[in-house]
Amino acid sequence: MHRTNFWDHLILLFGVFIMVGPIFVAFMTSTHEAVDVHMKGLQVTWGDDFVDTYKEVLTTRGGFTGDVTGARMVMNSFILGIGFAVGKIVLSMMAAYGLVYFRSRFSTLFFWMIFTTLLLPLEVRILPSYDVMTKLGLVNTYTGLIVPLLASATGTFFFRQFFKSVPDELLEAARIDGAGPFKFFIDILVPLSKTMMAAIFIIMFVYGWNQYLWPMIMTNEETFYTLVRGIKQILLVWVGSQIPEYNQAFALAVLAMLPPVLIVVIFQSWFIKGLTESDK
Amino acid sequence: MKRVQFNSPLLPYLFVLPQMAIIVIFFYWPSVQAIQSSFYLEDPFGFSASFVGFDNYVDALTSSYYLRVAQFTVIFTVLVTFFSLALGLLLASKADDVIRGSSSYKTLLISVYAIAPPVAGLIGMMFFDQHIGPFVKMAAWFGWDMKVGINYFDTAFAMITVAVWKQIPYNFIFFLSGLQSIPVSVREAAAIDNRSRLGRFWTVTLPLLAPTAFFLLIINMTYSLFDTFGIIDVIVKDKAANNPITLVYKVYMDGFRGNDIGGSAAQSVILMLIVLVLTFFQFRFIERRVHYN
Repeated sequence: MHRTNFWDHLILLFGVFIMVGPIFVAFMTSTHEAVDVHMKGLQVTWGDDFVDTYKEVLTTRGGFTGDVTGARMVMNSFILGIGFAVGKIVLSMMAAYGLVYFRSRFSTLFFWMIFTTLLLPLEVRILPSYDVMTKLGLVNTYTGLIVPLLASATGTFFFRQFFKSVPDELLEAARIDGAGPFKFFIDILVPLSKTMMAAIFIIMFVYGWNQYLWPMIMTNEETFYTLVRGIKQILLVWVGSQIPEYNQAFALAVLAMLPPVLIVVIFQSWFIKGLTESDK
Repeated sequence: MKRVQFNSPLLPYLFVLPQMAIIVIFFYWPSVQAIQSSFYLEDPFGFSASFVGFDNYVDALTSSYYLRVAQFTVIFTVLVTFFSLALGLLLASKADDVIRGSSSYKTLLISVYAIAPPVAGLIGMMFFDQHIGPFVKMAAWFGWDMKVGINYFDTAFAMITVAVWKQIPYNFIFFLSGLQSIPVSVREAAAIDNRSRLGRFWTVTLPLLAPTAFFLLIINMTYSLFDTFGIIDVIVKDKAANNPITLVYKVYMDGFRGNDIGGSAAQSVILMLIVLVLTFFQFRFIERRVHYN
């Protein structure tokens, strides 16, 4: 129907250049020596320092107190990303199941209580949230890092929508076969939701991995730092030193973006499916 | 609601309980507390608090600094929303037209979606770095002596650039899936009626995309208001004094750096109201859309 236009490709290539160029430059620069970067600016070619730089940021203790290594931050990021994604899926599937498949007096109330959480982002209640965490003694814990982020209902609505589209006949048949609520949930609904669960997992993992403000407030012990949370520390240390360790700063940035970017790129069809269906 | 359901007096609560517990403890409790402390003047150590009514709100809304921050927030939001929507739409419509190579374009264009805002901020900082930044050198060709972090306008420019860059993939994904859901028959009919591609775009494609665009408009406004925190924090580096910041950043600065708990809470509540209005529009519109389907 349409002729492929030279200009279309040119605009797209330019778009790709703008979007991916900075990531490429960040990666290339991280493979050079700091002095090199200092003298010659950002790099677009492969340098000799790849192994040295990454070994250094992953294993050398850094930061203000010297307690944390890059490897530790990578681990913390994975704990936050996976913990958040799994928690989100478990909690929201259960809640959605309770809302869709049971008749109860309070389901409307529950629905609205869950619904309201969509209205206010964490950012606007950050100070009192911190207060609550102090009262509960959850500052500098993984629980404190992960669980409060789960207090939003995005996942519940997604699964609710999905469960509602599951044909009623399935439940009827299951009941005739004598399946109870738990059996129906585990043996029929969970397997049916696999694709949805995967899509949600990818989105939530990326979301959890990329959290910044909450970890910044919740953790002041460096051993709990995630990569994203550590970014500003990197920057502060970097600004203060004689010859800024540009290469190390970039290496940490690359480590911080690698897992989420890879996941989104590899699973893009699931990711897009989850994203467009959960929001619309 | 389902026609067939389980009947059990206890089970539904069992399933909903974990979610409800977390929501009550980590959502309702702090939200209520935010509203409550916005009416109190609390000393920084939390020993005493006195009820001051709407004083915190009046203080916030009449302070010239607050108004300047609010003004910047509006400008920032408008520019980030406009540019990331426009560029996202441009790229999506081109990707939709191009058949060959479209999946590679798609993959490359969405990759930036997954980068955390502060990481994007860090990369941006390097590109705008006084010493090694290529953008500073490019600006110098035009006689623009760019000093990000020192000059108000230059810092704002860097923030907006990074925020737009980070948001383009999101808009691209939604616009592209919106475009691809336009039926072939509609496209063919449009192609017969209107030979110019640009004309077809304005008269057929854009109206069909309007629901997506409206949805994205709200999402982008929320993004500019809240999710850019990381970008701003990295670029400003705790030196908010002569740098542009947004309202959310001010809430954070006043609450955690300035220990002005009541003032920060009042500002939070003002932001809550802004989000409520935005969300209201979003749901009104979604409701209408569901109707249409």
